[in-house]
Amino acid sequence: MSRAALLLLADGRFPAGGHAHSGGVEAAVAHGAVHDTDSLEAFCRGRLHTTGLTMAGLAAAAAGGHDPLLLDDAADARTPAPALRAAARRLGRQMLRAARATFPSAELEHLATARPQGAHQPIVLGLAARAAGLAPVDAAYAAVYENIGGPATAAVRLLSLDPLDASGLLARLGPEIDDVAAAAADAATRAMTEGIDALPSASSPLLDITAEQHAAWTVRLFAS
Amino acid sequence: MHLGHSLPHQHIPSVSATRPDGSRRALRVGLGGPVGSGKTATVAALCRTLRDRWCIAAVTNDIYTREDAEYLLREAVLPPERITAVETGACPHTAIRDDISANLEAVEHLEETLHPLDLVLVESGGDNLTATFSKGLVDVQIFVIDVASGDDIPRKGGPGITTADLLIVNKTDLAPHVGADLDTMAVDAKRQRGDLPVIFTSLTSDDGIREVADWVTGHLAQWRAGAVV
Amino acid sequence: MSPSSRLASARATSDLDVPPAGAQEPAGHPDGVRATARIRAAHNGRVTTLPQLRSDGPFHLRRMRTDGNAATVGIIGAMSAPLGGDRLTLDITAEDRAELEVITAAATLALRGPTTEAATYDVRLTAGEHAHLLWLPQPLISAAGSNLRQTYTVELAATSRFVLREEQVLGRADEEPGHIVSRILVHRAGRPLLDQQTAYGAPEPGWDGPAVLNRHRAVGQLLVVDPRVHVRRGPILLGEGIKDGCAVLAPLANGPALLATAVAPTTSILRELLDEAHAHAFTR
Repeated sequence: MSRAALLLLADGRFPAGGHAHSGGVEAAVAHGAVHDTDSLEAFCRGRLHTTGLTMAGLAAAAAGGHDPLLLDDAADARTPAPALRAAARRLGRQMLRAARATFPSAELEHLATARPQGAHQPIVLGLAARAAGLAPVDAAYAAVYENIGGPATAAVRLLSLDPLDASGLLARLGPEIDDVAAAAADAATRAMTEGIDALPSASSPLLDITAEQHAAWTVRLFAS
Repeated sequence: MHLGHSLPHQHIPSVSATRPDGSRRALRVGLGGPVGSGKTATVAALCRTLRDRWCIAAVTNDIYTREDAEYLLREAVLPPERITAVETGACPHTAIRDDISANLEAVEHLEETLHPLDLVLVESGGDNLTATFSKGLVDVQIFVIDVASGDDIPRKGGPGITTADLLIVNKTDLAPHVGADLDTMAVDAKRQRGDLPVIFTSLTSDDGIREVADWVTGHLAQWRAGAVV
Repeated sequence: MSPSSRLASARATSDLDVPPAGAQEPAGHPDGVRATARIRAAHNGRVTTLPQLRSDGPFHLRRMRTDGNAATVGIIGAMSAPLGGDRLTLDITAEDRAELEVITAAATLALRGPTTEAATYDVRLTAGEHAHLLWLPQPLISAAGSNLRQTYTVELAATSRFVLREEQVLGRADEEPGHIVSRILVHRAGRPLLDQQTAYGAPEPGWDGPAVLNRHRAVGQLLVVDPRVHVRRGPILLGEGIKDGCAVLAPLANGPALLATAVAPTTSILRELLDEAHAHAFTR
């Protein structure tokens, strides 16, 4: 395994489409719910412990060798908002394209064949981590970091925030990122014996509701 | 774990010139350039001129999504299912250069649903003079500037001006009104671009797009013949 | 009929008498109450019968007036519950072709018990082939200092119909809510249909912030699983913006199922949103 692969997977410059998604922050900014660094930090914290944990669990389970197609069903059950399912599959396709080129593996090829319309992105991320020889907890870290790094970057663009403030809040969330990644990896281990229901399904009502509101906008900067 | 696998790579690259069934895919033409230079008008004019002969689709990359796509719809240059808008997260140059995955998805989706397509026009969001298309996304690219933004733009150069396969200098009809010197622009462009072509257009005149349409048709013919474009 | 009007008519006809003294245990038992109440509905070829109606602990079960084939059971709280340390289970089954509606007579109030240990409240809902099961309780109120783990485990046969309404009120008037973690896990024909966990109240990080509740104090869901619902229709948005309450009704991925999710400043606005969603779910 090469630890450097984790840096590549978690890098916002990895060409897998993340830059066009705001993780719900564009809707939150429009509603006035996120308007400065403090409210952005509260947003990121809420996201981290809800969808962040859930996606990290799926990514860790995929990295640990859980059946990716069963995980894809589990991801559907954990994503009741159709707009978020569509975004997750679109990002999954984009991640799959990048992963097949950078970390080629038979499992990624198999997933591409079995899910031509794309699997949920965290599952592709987990399989890419597996192909790179990374551990489930590494995949969880990459998923969690992207889960809040994306909204933080989007908020910088939308609110003209000082990017140093955004970096600072991500750093402050570091210990919580550690906790969530560890919890996700632990759940992925339990899922191997207890079944897929052992994976986290933490959710947020407002992220689901505002995702559908955002998808109905005719003018928007971000895809989700 | 799986690093030892050796796998066929031929269907991974985005730049593959063939479809999975082995036939030649559509030619992908990128149109970039600053805001207001006439990219969308050029796409519309190309569609009107070429649509009877070729099967065309368009992808737009607005700063605010859908604006340009809706212009194309309003002008009815293509049926709605042939136009796709891609969100760019406030970074249009990223979507055509650094992370082209969303645009590739859009292009491939059009190819799959409208098979067989001959030509896909990918219009960038209005950006600055440094924005160019990745070779992983388009086969040839056109950079559109206009005389009203200043006749010193060709002299300033930048990757779009110097490396695009075709430079269009648009709105020549406005030159007398804005004091732009077309000869100077042509000389500067020649200095920046060497032998790469430059076309001066006025899309308000009848068939003002003709020369550009011929250039695209030439590339399309070569592409379909399987030659290196 | 909307869920609340069904409930109103059921309440109007219910004959609430004092629960038998034997069902009562002293509230605030040091080890908490352990209770499992069971409802089993079956179809005898003509109508729905209730071969099992087992009250236990704080759950006093009462058969309400029924109309046609369906049976309605009311759960009457016989004591204050759940309190910290309680272990409460409701096991509800509608067997093949049975039609069962279960309601509660009053809101469920989670309170701080003699211990800070969490109370558990597990609701198991099972619907057989061609069964129709409706779970339409009054809201669950998370009072200050309470600590509750609520779990819905739902198993649905492929041809069953199912409605679940779940409303949570975070804190009584002008108080901070307790800590409530709630999971809903639904399988249909053996496949996961919906799996969601929510966690509100201190010490949950970020629960009241702009990504989760944004200071709303009433939150709820309405799940409709029914081969008759319009799942191909796009999502329906209810309410304006996010400040005064809003909801979305949208199809789930793996079944003829719609889920409404709503947040609101008050429980009455929440109910209006969920009733509106219910009406949309069955409008063609």
